[in-house]
Amino acid sequence: MSVLVYIENWDGKFKKLSFELISYAQGIARQMNTSVVALSIGNVAEEELKKAGNYGASKVIAVNDSRLHQLVNQAYAAVISRVAEKEEATVLVFAHNITGKAVAPRVSVRLKAGLVSGAVALPSSTEPFVVKKNIYTGKALAAVTIKSPVKIITLAQNSYGLAENPADARIENFTPELTDHDFATSVIESNKQTGKILLTDAEIVVSGGLGMKGPEFWAPIEELAGLLGGATACSRPVADQGWRPHYEHVGQTGKIIAPNVYFAFGISGAIQHLGGVSSSKIIVAVNKDKDAPIFESANYGVVGDVATVLPELINLIKEYKAQ
Amino acid sequence: MKILICLSNVPDTTTKIRLTADQQAVDVAGVQWIINPWDELALSRAIELKEKNPAVVEKITVIHVGSKESEPTIRKAFAMGADDGIRINAVAKDAYFVAGEIAEVIKSQAYDIILCGIESSDTNGCAMGTMLAEFLDLPSVSSVSSLDVEGGNISLNREVDGGYEKIQTSLPFVAIVQKGIALEPKIATVRGIMAARTKPLQVFEPAGIDALTEVAAYELPEAKAKCKMIDAENIGQLIDLLHNEAKVI
Repeated sequence: MSVLVYIENWDGKFKKLSFELISYAQGIARQMNTSVVALSIGNVAEEELKKAGNYGASKVIAVNDSRLHQLVNQAYAAVISRVAEKEEATVLVFAHNITGKAVAPRVSVRLKAGLVSGAVALPSSTEPFVVKKNIYTGKALAAVTIKSPVKIITLAQNSYGLAENPADARIENFTPELTDHDFATSVIESNKQTGKILLTDAEIVVSGGLGMKGPEFWAPIEELAGLLGGATACSRPVADQGWRPHYEHVGQTGKIIAPNVYFAFGISGAIQHLGGVSSSKIIVAVNKDKDAPIFESANYGVVGDVATVLPELINLIKEYKAQ
Repeated sequence: MKILICLSNVPDTTTKIRLTADQQAVDVAGVQWIINPWDELALSRAIELKEKNPAVVEKITVIHVGSKESEPTIRKAFAMGADDGIRINAVAKDAYFVAGEIAEVIKSQAYDIILCGIESSDTNGCAMGTMLAEFLDLPSVSSVSSLDVEGGNISLNREVDGGYEKIQTSLPFVAIVQKGIALEPKIATVRGIMAARTKPLQVFEPAGIDALTEVAAYELPEAKAKCKMIDAENIGQLIDLLHNEAKVI
């Protein structure tokens, strides 16, 4: 018996997200009195793999097959399912991100293992196995029972912190057998920006809405994000009007984010927008309309014109940083 | 080329969610039902592709798992431009159930492209389409943000962290689509609405796939504390609160 956690790497490095997943898996392992096995797919140095031990993994299985350096859903599902069987995993943990959403449902069908996607907490009980998740984009929660012997969870971002729990992780290399059938899709071209903080990773997000008046007024949004080491985002109408790229759109049909602080400048706060940001720890709203719905969800609000409040805030943050 | 779109019907995204008194269900009395926004975008893109490439795209079929009460959702898809539809006569239990039931019905039918929205706005599962691909043993491409079929050649992009990748795939395949696949939902025309009444809709009884999960109870999130208002003339107080009270900067 074991809890198997799939830990993704980005250019050979794990992220905080990977360690949060191991911490979460360790939490479940403690409830079930078993141990955590971490699975890494890709080219990751031993020293990096060892870090999984800091959060409680007692074993790390490393799969390094050059055909798996790109995400191929079928092949990943095949590898993960095989390792789960080999390790007699009763619970599998994935991130609720692009990779987790692409692979965990396949593993669920392969292993006939019930899936709860976007879990927000440790299981409230393991017999029966009940875990809570957001539904209606955070407007309600559901406690879901998984009835199958093997269980799969994808963990919502930023819903579980890091918990150090040092164990000496044993590293084991594993070479799965894969067939051409597992590689029916392939990447023919890759377009990625590098060096920018990803919106879904950012601890601080600075976002603008139609109240910003136009794309030519976006410089202070970027400046504030830069000062705070955060990412920029926007509301749906801003993306739809082409002021900002679609990948910056946060909201129910865009990206769902959960940073430490979400700054909303000139965003009225339609219910669909709030669905994408309501899991943020702190929401700061600046809007000239005192009745804007965003203030009902914000922790801190300023009624005022973004054109004067934002530059003032930037100046004060600069002073604060200089101290 | 035949395209299949899986449709879920969900409460309008502006719905205020209430629970029944025993917290065993979401209270859907008075709820306006719509096509799940991502499925609607998938359907809109399929219709655009058919209009642009009539020689390539022969037919657009929609499939839905639901009771007779959800048929207006399928008729709405017809009005938008789908050619025919299938309803599996069962109440959706979980993603595994829905994917398994759809797979049972369509495994003998030859669709080239199966489109599914990345999630449904009610259960936020992000699972059904990928599960369907696995049930059918087909390739799946996830987070698809653009799809074209010009000249019969498939061209598709999937979103990845910080950008996108162009993907090649064998046919048939399942595309899990997200925002960007179509810019705007297709609006039904009066002619479309008239035609929708007579388009063929087949009904299948469920095959009896077992759900693997069930909801034990629902709850509403805790009410948020009242917003602290800061005077626009005193922005320094905001920084003080973020630093000393919230401890986030």
